[in-house]
Amino acid sequence: MSDLHQTIEPFTTTGDLKRRNLRDLPWWFFAIILIAIYAFFIISTNENYNSAFNFIKIGLLITVKTTLIAYSFAIIFGLLAGLGRISKNVFINNLSRLYVELIRGIPILVLIFFLAYVGVPVLIDSLNGIGFWLIEQNMAFLGKLFTAVTNQDISMISRAIISLSVTYGAYLAEIFRAGIQSIAKGQMEAARSLGMSYGQSMRYVILPQAVRNVLPALGNDFVAMVKDSSLVSVLAVRDITQVARLYAGSTFRFREAYIILAVLYLTMTVILSLLVQLLERRLKIHD
Amino acid sequence: MTNHDHIIVVKDLYKHFDEIKAVDGVSLNIEKGKVVVVIGPSGSGKSTLLRCINHLEEPTSGEVWIDGEKLTNTAKQINEIRAEIGMVFQLFNLFPHLSVLDNVTLAQKVIRGRSQDEAKQVAMEKLTRVGIPEKADAYPSNLSGGQQQRVAIARALAMDPKIMLFDEPTSALDPEMIKEVLDVMLDLAQEGMTMVCVSHEMGFVRSAADEVVFMDFGKIVEHTTPEGLFNNPQYDRTKLFLSQILEH
Repeated sequence: MSDLHQTIEPFTTTGDLKRRNLRDLPWWFFAIILIAIYAFFIISTNENYNSAFNFIKIGLLITVKTTLIAYSFAIIFGLLAGLGRISKNVFINNLSRLYVELIRGIPILVLIFFLAYVGVPVLIDSLNGIGFWLIEQNMAFLGKLFTAVTNQDISMISRAIISLSVTYGAYLAEIFRAGIQSIAKGQMEAARSLGMSYGQSMRYVILPQAVRNVLPALGNDFVAMVKDSSLVSVLAVRDITQVARLYAGSTFRFREAYIILAVLYLTMTVILSLLVQLLERRLKIHD
Repeated sequence: MTNHDHIIVVKDLYKHFDEIKAVDGVSLNIEKGKVVVVIGPSGSGKSTLLRCINHLEEPTSGEVWIDGEKLTNTAKQINEIRAEIGMVFQLFNLFPHLSVLDNVTLAQKVIRGRSQDEAKQVAMEKLTRVGIPEKADAYPSNLSGGQQQRVAIARALAMDPKIMLFDEPTSALDPEMIKEVLDVMLDLAQEGMTMVCVSHEMGFVRSAADEVVFMDFGKIVEHTTPEGLFNNPQYDRTKLFLSQILEH
């Protein structure tokens, strides 16, 4: 059968092969590169675009900072909640499930409003309340600890970071849970049979394998968070989206502002997606 | 109290999974240094019994005593006792993200508190013993099934266990690799290791076993010597089973 193929192929595939190769090229990617090149060409030649770009790029630092810090916290929340989701302890299990289901049942935009204007203030007010009560009970030292931070101290950017990390923590929790559950049961049994505790088995045997398996998924969620970080503009945090809105509002150059904004996000996400794909390919080679 | 000659004592052990009575009232005493092979049809509860000995399965009721100490359900005590009981699995269960050497040193470092050098020295000694010191830097996925199982045995031995449990150690192996694993087990048996093996390798039973336990429907049907099993099985169920596996 395979011999037959080999003898027939030269007759049929010379033309096909070229056509198939052309078809397999990532044309969509070339289109994106073309868009980016065109955009940056315009930015460097057109004065209006140039001034819009120079104004909007100031927000890049906030976008990058917000995303990186929020994602780091989201990984911690996600890992804890993911471990909680598979815990045999009924309380921890249900608490984690509650967190995940609550967050995933509410739109991210609404969550950002809610956490920044309700979640954080209510938490701080309660802590302050405990603090004042402690001071009344003549426990001034402890009381001062609880009253040290007031709502005014928590900037909008901090609230934005808290909102994004709490939100993404719930999404990452499901990734970690799936990653841990994808590891064969025998791995935990082998670790336990050597005398390791549940925690030690998780740390040395299960998590290293699980995290490696979910790295591409974590990368994809990082890209998603770069995009969702634009939502913090509703808190007046000066990320690129907010800065672009300000620019458009004050100059009425909506076209310039939002084209540049879109191209900036596109550039970031395409580069990051490529890195994730590279990582994925590298992980596959090592399997 | 239990007899101190018995390193493993199983008393009225029951393990029920919902409606299934996997182990249904088993009592078994095993002397130090003995090699006991557990045989029986699939689903007879042999593996579950083995897994109850180190509490990988928590018994529904009954007692397990290891070296004069009763297993309670406190995590700390069970972890400590498990470190004294090596276990070898049907599917090897090596840690795929670690090299062979790290597979064998991990628990030594974490549980026994040995230094990297010390753990490595013990690991190389055990890997030499199972005949593959040259694979120390390889990863499990690059080893044959027989080699993986021998690494798994080395990993268990590196903890200096008092008891070794084997759960169908050769069932997942290609025929030509069974011998290399059985040779290691035979070697261990001759050195006086207390071993409990779930296995249908009748050659191993003949050459290494001191006692044979035949299980059916979660109960011990026959507890005898290899000679007794092959020459003079007492029960029809044992006879039928033997005739089926020895025919080939």
